[in-house]
Amino acid sequence: MPRHEQTMAFFVKPSAAELERRKIVGINKETVTDVTSTDFPGHYPGEDNSWDLEAFSQGFNVKFHNNSQFDASFSLIGLDASIANAFRRILIAEIPTLAIENVFIENNTSVIQDEVLSHRLGLIPFKGDKEGLLHFLKWFKKPPPGADPYANCFDFNTVQLELSVECTKKEGVDPNKEDDPAKLYNHANVYAKDIVFTPMGQQEEYFTPPRQPIAPVNPDILIAKMRPGQEIRLSMHMHKGVGSDHSKFSPVATASYRLLPTIEIIKPILGADAENFQQCFPKGVIGIERVTAEEAAREGSGYEGHKGEKKAVVVDTMRDTVSRECLRHKEFEGKVRLGRRRDHFIFSIESTGQWDSDELFLEAVKTLKVKCNKLEKQVVNMVR
Amino acid sequence: MGPKKIVFGEDGEDATMHDVPPSNQAAVTDDAAAVAQEDREEDMLDPQAEHEEEEEEEEQRVKLLPGSSATAASFEFEKEGHTLGNALRYIIMKNPDVEFCAYAIPHPSEDKMNIRIQTYEGTTAIEALEKGLKDLQDLCDVVADKFWTARDSFAGTATA
Repeated sequence: MPRHEQTMAFFVKPSAAELERRKIVGINKETVTDVTSTDFPGHYPGEDNSWDLEAFSQGFNVKFHNNSQFDASFSLIGLDASIANAFRRILIAEIPTLAIENVFIENNTSVIQDEVLSHRLGLIPFKGDKEGLLHFLKWFKKPPPGADPYANCFDFNTVQLELSVECTKKEGVDPNKEDDPAKLYNHANVYAKDIVFTPMGQQEEYFTPPRQPIAPVNPDILIAKMRPGQEIRLSMHMHKGVGSDHSKFSPVATASYRLLPTIEIIKPILGADAENFQQCFPKGVIGIERVTAEEAAREGSGYEGHKGEKKAVVVDTMRDTVSRECLRHKEFEGKVRLGRRRDHFIFSIESTGQWDSDELFLEAVKTLKVKCNKLEKQVVNMVR
Repeated sequence: MGPKKIVFGEDGEDATMHDVPPSNQAAVTDDAAAVAQEDREEDMLDPQAEHEEEEEEEEQRVKLLPGSSATAASFEFEKEGHTLGNALRYIIMKNPDVEFCAYAIPHPSEDKMNIRIQTYEGTTAIEALEKGLKDLQDLCDVVADKFWTARDSFAGTATA
């Protein structure tokens, strides 16, 4: 008989206070406590703690703080670190984007070397019609060594770009009066916007206006600098790839999370101390209030006889950076407890522009699901 | 190529490299790699139209390692790492029939992840692994659903 059936009748429910306590990772002056999750069956005698989709669904919550194309910030509450970390890792390394993979240099007389130039080009983020990028464009399969390297290049897996710029002197600008090279010469600065995209085959359908053509997200990225007589003439192939292969394929500039800080004032911090305490934190974390008559009258509250004095109160822990500055001062010893909420992840996703930031997270969840689905089939196949 | 019996210190000698059990992983053929590549294309399909087309046979990336019994087994996942390893470990540990679960990446230059599962009587390690993968998919559904709901209601408050 499975173990849980034997004990099914005896499950005990921990108190709300106990559950709350388990959620906190303690932060001391020099140490941390209760770092690992303990919500597993068998960890606490008599408790269930087994996986329960219904309970997870009840406890799980998402709260948005900010949502724009290039920056999304939200809280995932009621999740284990292993899961949150899987999403973060997928965001960085497993969501595909289109980037420059091959550079064919016809002429490069600028001072920037071919390989450095190629590397710089590869790192430029591009945008394009979503439908085209996601559904029309497919993976490029590299031909085996020895075979024609372009045998597999088709309109549905390769995007061709060109960059052809020559630096020349500008007519009618007096070099004795003007010393800005950008004004003196044509193409003294080569920018991402100088890259030209020519749709091939079916790409015409997806990447011509009114649909978004393939173009750099930031047109003003500086690629190289030139002087009259110098020239850059090259063509490029873009392919789809993932961040685990090369970080140029990563759809995010950053994707990170932090745990929600907690600050607990155990004993009142009053008067000048309250103001000093406030100074130990970033702006808006700690507020100053006056001790009310009711508080001062309540015995054992610690406020007795302090009516009208300033007291420190916790306002917004989200803004805290957990610098632990307040733990360095004698006057706050034993009066404050710092921690972090184990299951409250404040995510921050900054997209490079090919995807929207919020869309990226959804894609990460989907990627994990598809991954599990495929492996489940594989496990069944393995047994067969 | 079956697992070789290892006898350490036989004839009073130390184990040599020859005693090391052979990798249980079959060599990846070009065909298998090609199929995998094509299969990844399927990932790019619309999230709504998840795998509408008949999926092609993918190369076998999960292997049962030698020395496994029904209730105690080690699995080798090719081309997986900490991303899946830790998430799967967590969800399998949430199974009350599982006595022990852990994952490891035996060597950083090999793209492999091992997961060890030991269960109590009444179920098998393979069942626990399957349940883990299923539970993780259910979890993803809940997260995706709640995330998009929260996003939409946030967009509503921002414009209002």
